[in-house]
Amino acid sequence: MAQKVTIEPVTRVEGHGKVTIQLDDNNNVEQTRLHIVEFRGFERFVQGRPYWEAPVLVQRLCGICPVSHHLAAAKALDVIVGAGTGEGLSPTGEKMRRLMHYGQMFQSHALHFFHLSSPDFLLGYDADPAIRNVIGVALKFPELATQGVLMRKFGQEVIAVTAGKKIHGTGAIPGGINKNLTIKERDALLKDDPTLNADQMIQWAYDAVQLFKDYYMKNREFVDSFAFFPSNHLSLVRKDGAMDLYHGVMRAVDAQGNKILDDVDYQDYYKHIEEEVKNWSYMKFPYMKHIGKEKGWYRVGPLARLNTADFIPTPKAQEEFEAFKAHTNGKPNNYCLHTHWARLIELLHSAEVIKDLLEDPDLQKDDLVVKGEKTNEGVGLIEAPRGTLFHHYKINENDQITMANLIVSTTNNNEPMNQSVNFVAKNMMNGQKEITEPMKNAVEIAIRAYDPCLSCATHALGKMPLDIKLTDSKGNTIDHYRS
Amino acid sequence: MSEKIKFTIDGKECEGQTGQLIVDAAADNGVYIPVLCHWRDVVPAGSCRICTVKVNGRFMAACTTPIEDACSVENNTPELQDIRKAIVEMLFVEGNHFCPACEKSGDCDLQALGYRYQMMVPRFPYAFERRELDAESPKIFLEKNRCIFCKRCIRMIKDEQGRSYFGFKGRGKHLEIALDKKLAENMSEELAMEAMKICPVGAILRKEVGFATPIGERKYDNVPIGSDIENLQK
Repeated sequence: MAQKVTIEPVTRVEGHGKVTIQLDDNNNVEQTRLHIVEFRGFERFVQGRPYWEAPVLVQRLCGICPVSHHLAAAKALDVIVGAGTGEGLSPTGEKMRRLMHYGQMFQSHALHFFHLSSPDFLLGYDADPAIRNVIGVALKFPELATQGVLMRKFGQEVIAVTAGKKIHGTGAIPGGINKNLTIKERDALLKDDPTLNADQMIQWAYDAVQLFKDYYMKNREFVDSFAFFPSNHLSLVRKDGAMDLYHGVMRAVDAQGNKILDDVDYQDYYKHIEEEVKNWSYMKFPYMKHIGKEKGWYRVGPLARLNTADFIPTPKAQEEFEAFKAHTNGKPNNYCLHTHWARLIELLHSAEVIKDLLEDPDLQKDDLVVKGEKTNEGVGLIEAPRGTLFHHYKINENDQITMANLIVSTTNNNEPMNQSVNFVAKNMMNGQKEITEPMKNAVEIAIRAYDPCLSCATHALGKMPLDIKLTDSKGNTIDHYRS
Repeated sequence: MSEKIKFTIDGKECEGQTGQLIVDAAADNGVYIPVLCHWRDVVPAGSCRICTVKVNGRFMAACTTPIEDACSVENNTPELQDIRKAIVEMLFVEGNHFCPACEKSGDCDLQALGYRYQMMVPRFPYAFERRELDAESPKIFLEKNRCIFCKRCIRMIKDEQGRSYFGFKGRGKHLEIALDKKLAENMSEELAMEAMKICPVGAILRKEVGFATPIGERKYDNVPIGSDIENLQK
């Protein structure tokens, strides 16, 4: 009999979602959907607020990567206060923001790998769910779990000295930053603590990349066959094609590596990106206009960034980048689980950038804010941990926000996540008489690869997790799984 | 001519001048009595009642009552602390105070008193009054949701002819703070900054300067409200 599987809630992701898997009479998967069932109202309730409040207000979307929203909004407001579209800030302003951003990239990637994803790799995706979690990892691999915790702590400390506090700070203001870095703050991160400093972080991040590579070598068949599908990839890159997570131009490549969008000033993003609404999810489906809804969807995030960038401008990460690229002969990598590999290379890159920035004397200077001729509209893009984040604001003559549009990273990954869950559901569940817990976890693994922040993408109220629902061909729920 | 007189606060021997308000005399003796509407040397309004004390056993507003020779003032008692906490809670539920995104956070007297009295959740229901914002002035953003009707701005922010830039509009439940648009057109930079500074909450905002002070350097980031007075005697 045809049936529908529901995984609800999805676990070890940020936010609340559910998956429904529709089976036909022969127990073959007909359709799989990731539903985001939370609602986010930020675009509406920032209307009327003073524009300078936006970076502090909108970051409350989330407690995981608020810095991304804080900085994307600040970048949009830089344009509004006449401080230019990214290159106009003072060196101190720009570098302090970069430090804040790479600090958050570091903590978020460490959190995702060690706390959320590593149980699947270290303990096995079919391990007992009771131990397949961060506690299970801590019991079996205490040293690794400690590193994960300390890496996140280090990233949070970087955020604290740049934004004022670890979560929901106020550092970035329109046109710059409200503080520089004191020598004391710098040395605390650079050398004072022998166990928690930039060099140690680079080493641990490097070790984490090797850990994943070891896992990959032993499980190559599983990793490469898991949710492999071609797609477009989009991100910011530096003007010269280098990976840049704070600022750059928009670039997109197709599955073969052809540039389908290049050197695009993000102030014009709306000429290239459009969003489609579907009635079964609160999360929209963005796509590239010139390619269309059917084929114009794209991935964002670590995998996409390694596919769009020509190189990584720090030595150790560049070495790993070359190995990563060699795996696909320089072509874009479309293996879903390689996202973890890409994420860890970015973790290493972030640690290297943090060290370079900490050693930069510009951070002790006092030229913090730049302002010029005011305009009434600005767009800010940034590469958040989970992918490209768009903030767009318009203001009126009284300095009040009249329009806000946010396209968050997870929203950009909406279609790819749906493709992934569909791929995995078909591979794992087609023709199976019984839907087992490991099969359901495999669906969650596909989602976790994107490190989705479902709360950002819509806005969370309440608990985080996901659901899987199984229904028959008439739509009756046969099985309902909540993890 | 004023004369020296003696009085007690919670049993502590204090000295003051005849005609001096209790709240000011207490401060001179290192005793903190909380205020929201009071500003030293400005005609008192007595509007917030957070400074309520007991003088010879009777409830009085310390910002409007002069000290008398040999009077006995009760200040730091559980009964009075609870009354003050209740007033803070009422002010929070009457307006719409969202500290997380407020640029006055860390510099706000109401927030600081909430911390001082360890307010966790108000015991009163939220009113959720809908108040319009006034952003039309070139320098001032008036966030009426946060006004606690202390009248400091009305009493203190005036032009050279003594005309107030601010005033009340409406009555009772519909009372709200308003800005004289015509006068505000020519408001000086110094006065606009002064208006923001004396506002005990985040109702009066100088446009485009928000969040310029980093966390850690704001007024109440490192010391609780009242510490300046209480530390006088240490």
